[in-house]
Amino acid sequence: MELLKDLALALERGDDERVADLTRAAIDMAISPHTIVNDGLVAGMNVVGEQFRIHEIFLPDVLLAARAMNAGLDLVKPLLVGDAVPSLGTVVLGSVKGDMHDIGKNLVGIMLKGAGFDVVDLGNDVDPIAFVDVAVAKGARVIGLSALITTTMPVMKEVIDIVAERGLKDAIRVIVGGAPVSRAFAEQIGADDYGYDAANAVERVRALMASS
Amino acid sequence: MTTQTASSLLARIRSGQPLLADGATGTFLMDRGLKPGDCPESFNLEHPGVLEEVARAYLEAGADIIGTNTFGGSPLRLEHYGLEARTEEINRRGVEAVKAVAGDRAFVMASCGPTGSILKPYGDTEPEVVLKAFRRQVSAQVAAGADAVCVETMTDLEEARLAVSAVRDVSASIPIFVTMTFDATRRGFYTIMGVTIPQAAAGLEAAGANVVGSNCGNGIEAMVAIAREFLAATRLPVMIQSNAGLPVATPTGVNYPETPEFMAQRVARLLDMGVAIVGGCCGTGPGHIRAFRDVIDRVARERATGGDRWRTRDRETR
Repeated sequence: MELLKDLALALERGDDERVADLTRAAIDMAISPHTIVNDGLVAGMNVVGEQFRIHEIFLPDVLLAARAMNAGLDLVKPLLVGDAVPSLGTVVLGSVKGDMHDIGKNLVGIMLKGAGFDVVDLGNDVDPIAFVDVAVAKGARVIGLSALITTTMPVMKEVIDIVAERGLKDAIRVIVGGAPVSRAFAEQIGADDYGYDAANAVERVRALMASS
Repeated sequence: MTTQTASSLLARIRSGQPLLADGATGTFLMDRGLKPGDCPESFNLEHPGVLEEVARAYLEAGADIIGTNTFGGSPLRLEHYGLEARTEEINRRGVEAVKAVAGDRAFVMASCGPTGSILKPYGDTEPEVVLKAFRRQVSAQVAAGADAVCVETMTDLEEARLAVSAVRDVSASIPIFVTMTFDATRRGFYTIMGVTIPQAAAGLEAAGANVVGSNCGNGIEAMVAIAREFLAATRLPVMIQSNAGLPVATPTGVNYPETPEFMAQRVARLLDMGVAIVGGCCGTGPGHIRAFRDVIDRVARERATGGDRWRTRDRETR
């Protein structure tokens, strides 16, 4: 649909006002909220994520696109709640203790929400125990951990160890990501999965939900 | 060596003799009990002796310039640990610990990392907030007797410019080094904020930096290419502090793959190209710095015997 294509393009350009206008127009046309999110907002964000991954664009463009995404999501979200489509599951997300970086983590959160997951974002500098406590309290099946600096990467293992100590390994899966994190590192610390970028993280979370 | 002052440091750099900076601090502190997730700068308050130990190791390895453990000493970062009120103390003690060891045998380079805040319009932070935070951090460093300020690991040119302004607000004469961190892309080197090397060189020079260059990154091979671009883009002295490659996971944490020998070979190329200051970043230790010292001393001997040949090549390289 032309309107949703325009919406995706406006999001790619980071034009938050136009994203809000087009989202309103789509709602007025009675397009389903999920279609607006998936074919408009998330479609645009997927392009942004891919262009960022191949260094066609840089962080400033992603930050503007993320802001535009939120401008659209804020309008659609109230309608999604009333929609009959159930959540795909809950993900507890955060940057680990000592890590103040949250751009990548925020991006993953936005993409997960857009894809239909419930996201509990604990922010940055999150205590390892808090991840597990909140996941249990919210019935989350996936914990997503982000670390951007090498000194905080080992904290990820602490969270994974707590999940194992409490005998929750089958109930709660842990996925890790962040610039210095690699698949090899993820396997080394016993993570259930690894997302190399935001779009990939959504795919992997989907797979984890299906397998758990 | 005569008394170290700001002017003597710049004179040393201009003399054409390459200078050696130190290696990583953070990885060192982790060996001394810094827990993952803890504030590295808390050591300045609680374990200044460890900082002296680090400085001594690098002094003995042959460093001419020793950095301070104040990378995250911005009040905007310290507030995450509830240490914002102790900004002055943390930065002062960081400088004092290195100064106590270096005496007049090495220059003290006060480290100043990013604030961690993203400036408007991409983030929510006003430039004035960042400028004030840098001023507060750097004024404590300058008052404690730092010989230079090194604004490092920058990815946003605007934030780097604000840091340079802050240093100049605090001191009219202290040398300002600025190093940014670049990723290799198929279209060349960019910071994650999209800054190219020519943009960085021109912007930092206009802002008033005395030395420009790059630190951290993806290993020293990329740094050779980065240095070449900087040398082509600016007449300012260039500083390169490479990390020891991308970290590799181990059961106890992370390890860096590049050995002192591997890096020292590339340091020889950096010096050949005309880089003024070399040192290390994440994953480099006293072993790396000692190996770099040997290379610098060898190059100095060669230049002493064949000075004209070197100067010609230097000009051509530029």
